[in-house]
Amino acid sequence: MAYIIVGISAIIGALLRYWIGLAVGQWQHPNFPVATLMINLIGSFALAWLTTFVFKRNLIHSHLAAGLGTGLIGAFTTFSTFSVETVNLIHASRWGAAILYVMLSLWGGLAMSYLGFRLGSRIYGKNQSEGGSLK
Amino acid sequence: MLHSILVAVGGFFGAIARFGISNWFKKHLPVSFPIATLLINLAGAFLLGIIVGKGLSQSWQLLLGTGFMGAFTTFSTFKLENIQLHADKKWSILVSYLVISYTFGILLAFLGMKLGGLQ
Repeated sequence: MAYIIVGISAIIGALLRYWIGLAVGQWQHPNFPVATLMINLIGSFALAWLTTFVFKRNLIHSHLAAGLGTGLIGAFTTFSTFSVETVNLIHASRWGAAILYVMLSLWGGLAMSYLGFRLGSRIYGKNQSEGGSLK
Repeated sequence: MLHSILVAVGGFFGAIARFGISNWFKKHLPVSFPIATLLINLAGAFLLGIIVGKGLSQSWQLLLGTGFMGAFTTFSTFKLENIQLHADKKWSILVSYLVISYTFGILLAFLGMKLGGLQ
């Protein structure tokens, strides 16, 4: 059952990624993968926040948690496209853009995930001290 | 519409494959190094490289590339695992996980594209 939920949620994540790519493709600088960067940064924040704030407190059923986290956000963000886009930038001898892309993904991803993690656990900690009334 | 369906079908199976592989590793190889995500991301980068290198038709690219490989590999889980390793103060695992992912991810994508282009 969990597998089906993950698969169906992943459809939403993959489609959102595809559509954002199409929409951003209209105006983005053709030589810089803005769409994937945005998607990966937003997804990193969202997964870290959801995991620390929602999943760890068992606010929702574990199948739904797998669907949202592993399925939707997991499929929304992507590592393979990031890697291929970096190679494309290098191929085009756009070294500056390639290094910028890797650095923004590396450090920006860590920062966004850390932000989600801190924000999620801070709210979690606060509610706990108030008796965890939200649960 | 057809393009979206191809992405959806690929995404459905890609995420299920990732879920299955990471569940298998959690059960059979419970180590603190996030080996499942690493293997998935490296394999996916290599395979997407081949798909792009081969210059398949748009439909196949959307099904296998944007859909399957896009959903199979993940960036958000990778980053969350980084932060969890940071919170657990497992510095050496964190640094090696980051270095191996980025170095070999890009290298394998390059190799895949080369290999795909040779056919």
